[in-house]
Amino acid sequence: MNGLVVSQVGVSLMGKLVVDDVTLTVPVGSWTTLVGPNGAGKSTLLRAVAGSVRHSGAIEFGEKPLAGMRSRERARMVAVVPQEATRPAGMTVLDYVLLGRTPYLPYLGVESAEDLAVADELLDTLELRDLAERPVMSLSGGEFQRAVLARALAQQAPLLLLDEPTSSLDLGHAQQVLELVDELRAERGLTVVSALHDLTTAGQFADHLVLLVDGGVAAQGKAQEVLTEELLSAHYGARVRILTDPEGGVVVVPLRGNSEGVSRGAG
Amino acid sequence: MSSVSPPPVDEPGGTPELRPVRLPRRWLLLALAVLVVVVLLAMVTGPAGLPLKSVLVEIVNQIPGVELDGGLSERDAAVLWKLRAPRIVLGMLVGGMLAIAGAGYQGVFRNPLADPYLLGVAAGAGLGATFAIVSGGNRVILPLAAFVGGIAGVAATYALGRSVGGRSTTSLILAGVAVAAFLTAVQTYVNQRNVDSLREVYGWILGRLLTAGWSEVLTVLPYIAISAGVLLAHRRLLDVLSVGHDEAGTLGVPAARVRLLVVLAATLGTAAAVAVSGLIGFVGIVVPHIVRMLAGTSYRIVLPLSALVGAAFLVSADLAARTMVSPGELPVGVVTAFIGAPFFTLVLRASRRVW
Repeated sequence: MNGLVVSQVGVSLMGKLVVDDVTLTVPVGSWTTLVGPNGAGKSTLLRAVAGSVRHSGAIEFGEKPLAGMRSRERARMVAVVPQEATRPAGMTVLDYVLLGRTPYLPYLGVESAEDLAVADELLDTLELRDLAERPVMSLSGGEFQRAVLARALAQQAPLLLLDEPTSSLDLGHAQQVLELVDELRAERGLTVVSALHDLTTAGQFADHLVLLVDGGVAAQGKAQEVLTEELLSAHYGARVRILTDPEGGVVVVPLRGNSEGVSRGAG
Repeated sequence: MSSVSPPPVDEPGGTPELRPVRLPRRWLLLALAVLVVVVLLAMVTGPAGLPLKSVLVEIVNQIPGVELDGGLSERDAAVLWKLRAPRIVLGMLVGGMLAIAGAGYQGVFRNPLADPYLLGVAAGAGLGATFAIVSGGNRVILPLAAFVGGIAGVAATYALGRSVGGRSTTSLILAGVAVAAFLTAVQTYVNQRNVDSLREVYGWILGRLLTAGWSEVLTVLPYIAISAGVLLAHRRLLDVLSVGHDEAGTLGVPAARVRLLVVLAATLGTAAAVAVSGLIGFVGIVVPHIVRMLAGTSYRIVLPLSALVGAAFLVSADLAARTMVSPGELPVGVVTAFIGAPFFTLVLRASRRVW
């Protein structure tokens, strides 16, 4: 079953075409990751799906067009973990998680017992229980990222967008967050679309990779099909070697200088 | 003061209670107590000293069916109810309004320096009042002229902001600066051509709470009630906006519409307040910040407490304004800045950063 369907989507920012004619499909319950060099349009494409920027073309989820939706309705359908989420001064973790209940509250309403119950459960799921009364300002990067994830999950949206969710985390915390997302995806049947910098990680956690270059799709498919020496050298201008780990995963190793096995440098 | 902490919330599963942010009762009681004390002090103080007991009896007498003798002469009762009470009530309304309007602007613009006079309200109202005064017309039209001028100032700011920068907050604030500069220049020009009314215009600009009976109170009451009601109703949405307009949008908040509604409400209330009191500065910046630093940053706390603290602040400033140089009077706007600025600095030094 088709979850997210992006058809011929384009986005112009300040007169520049940042996303150009992108078409892709993300089946329900799967994880697709956008990779690509800086400025390829990964974040902008996610922002278009989230409704934060105007776009041409069509974006549907579960055969419902997202474009015509009111922001409340859309927020019940699409939840976003932004690249660098704002930490509001003085707000506790609990109140931060409860922000995710906004699409379920009347315009001028406040949280009900039901909303509290949702937050309550998420505090356990994301191991935030002991931090519930702490201001988000005081959390470490890893703790705050879990709080952001909890806020997004509180929206109970079937589509979860993650924009570089691990960019401010160290290796261990990054792995923990991504494992957690994958568990939740499996458990709750979430459809996940993320943008990731780290190619090896991207290959490990996604069912499907989309390589964006200059706003367009340069390649897509399984990790083995997208993470190739040729494609990465051509589009990143990077010297890499592709290895396969014993479990069949793809490992992208950056190389220095004129190491053997790499045909050429930046293109 | 844990004895006044609210009862536990019913929680499914019997886990330790979760307490979402709410207005702490101890701060609410404290603010109410301060307001009551300040109001009583303002009632008894003045050229005609009225005993506190008599004033209290007079207040109780306002309850229908109660007839007590407080021992006030008819003249003293008239001083109390026709001179002091209207002025105090007007001070409460204007002070509370300027404070929550300030909090509202700070919330939607996510800018600690946003105040009720941002966006050309003050400059427009000042120009309107100036025209009313120099035209030598009836004093009755002054509030109306100031009100119309204030609204026109904001409308011009919005139009200019939209035409140059779409929906960006910065372009709106910059447009406010440009509109204010232009309107102030026009006002200065008009004043230069009408030197004889300069003193009166100046007096209005410095702000004052002059009342003739209850008419000013009744004039502003509906505007301030609507404006304060709309602002208070948006308290949770202003909390959501604290993550920024983009993120708030992904959380289901129509950020542009919320901003427009809050700005409209805050402007309406401010224009009404300015129309009857002139330009009383500093309340809209100082009061919400003091509340934030002491009681919490959530708008569920900041908005209601600012209304109470703003009311108490302006009534006490007005009390100082009419007693410090008795029998003369200082413009209350001078007092709000004179007391407010050092006090603000003290609080700022004593507490942590909240923005």
